[in-house]
Amino acid sequence: MRELYEQLKRLFPLGEYTEQRRDLAFVTVPKDHLRPLLIHLRDRERFTHLVLLTAVDWLEEGRFQLTYLMNDRAGKRDLGLRVLLPREQATMEGIHDLWPTAATYQRELREMFGIDFPGSPRVNEEFILEGWTGMPPYRRDFDTKKFSEENFNHRPGRATTDPAKHMKEKLYPDEA
Amino acid sequence: MKDELKKRLVKGPDGVEFEVDPLRDYYCDARPQVEPPAVSKIVEDFFNWARSESLWILGFATGCGAIEMRPLMTPRFDAYRFGVQWRPTPRQSNLFIISGYLSTKTLKRVIRSYEQMQSPKYVMGLGSCTINGGMYWDSYNTIKRLDDYLPVDVYVAGCMPRPESLLAGFEELKRIIREGKGEGANKYAAQFDRYKANQKQVIHDWDMPDYNW
Repeated sequence: MRELYEQLKRLFPLGEYTEQRRDLAFVTVPKDHLRPLLIHLRDRERFTHLVLLTAVDWLEEGRFQLTYLMNDRAGKRDLGLRVLLPREQATMEGIHDLWPTAATYQRELREMFGIDFPGSPRVNEEFILEGWTGMPPYRRDFDTKKFSEENFNHRPGRATTDPAKHMKEKLYPDEA
Repeated sequence: MKDELKKRLVKGPDGVEFEVDPLRDYYCDARPQVEPPAVSKIVEDFFNWARSESLWILGFATGCGAIEMRPLMTPRFDAYRFGVQWRPTPRQSNLFIISGYLSTKTLKRVIRSYEQMQSPKYVMGLGSCTINGGMYWDSYNTIKRLDDYLPVDVYVAGCMPRPESLLAGFEELKRIIREGKGEGANKYAAQFDRYKANQKQVIHDWDMPDYNW
């Protein structure tokens, strides 16, 4: 994987390189160079299969990370491309014309993270959630517990107890 | 509203055009009625005995409980020997097993299927998710108490309950029905407004008639 990275680095301005295993590595790519790099990988380096497209919310850094995981079936290796976007008004160019399956991932990311992919097929339609109007639920500043308490009736009686403290109070009431 | 629910002109096979309003024409939206018991107690008891011996389950599974149905219906546990069988359509079944967590999206389909089942009908909540949300207690899209939305006759606790617990649940349900307490459908009809209010509170895009069968 290291040789591939060195080769690619001569052609594209690549960022950080992380090798997870001998057959799995991740590379950071500037937003504008993603598409030429994907086309190069697909047509020249045999990375013909898009395994997945997913996102990570780096809330503290104010960024979204998109991960495009590519698979080279003949060479039995995977390469992940990381693209970092600003968190506010996150927009990314779609790759549904390279792999039609990407449109589904892009719809999911639009709904669950609020990352826009202008021009992607049916991207603004509901995908999994129905009638959702609030903040996209996979964002890390979305408080699912608070949302659940406000929107659903909970059965009373559920209480949590720290096991160590509870047993101490129960077994050694004098010390507690 | 979805396109398929809007009023539209349809051309029949005989070439006649007619207007279809899916929300009015495809469903009966009359409110459910409370069914009075049979006149004599001995007849009602006989009915209840017969009902308890033919629990027909709607083949609708939510969450991970679906996986417990396969050993239950196949020779190892063989629920058929208890008069329990699975049916493919709500019209033929009278027991609805909610087999695990229920997302608000699935709840909508569950309500529609439940309302299409014929009275008397029973609901069994399977697993801790239906009781208090279980491990999804802080999830943004699963309901926490099934009995707010449907009249539940019996809960089977566990995560997930083994097929043995389900068999015990069937025996418990049979006992409840024989005692004449399996009145879920009547309870649903009597407290229809409360159930609908609870359902509409969590289903934000309500695009179906209030009662459809």
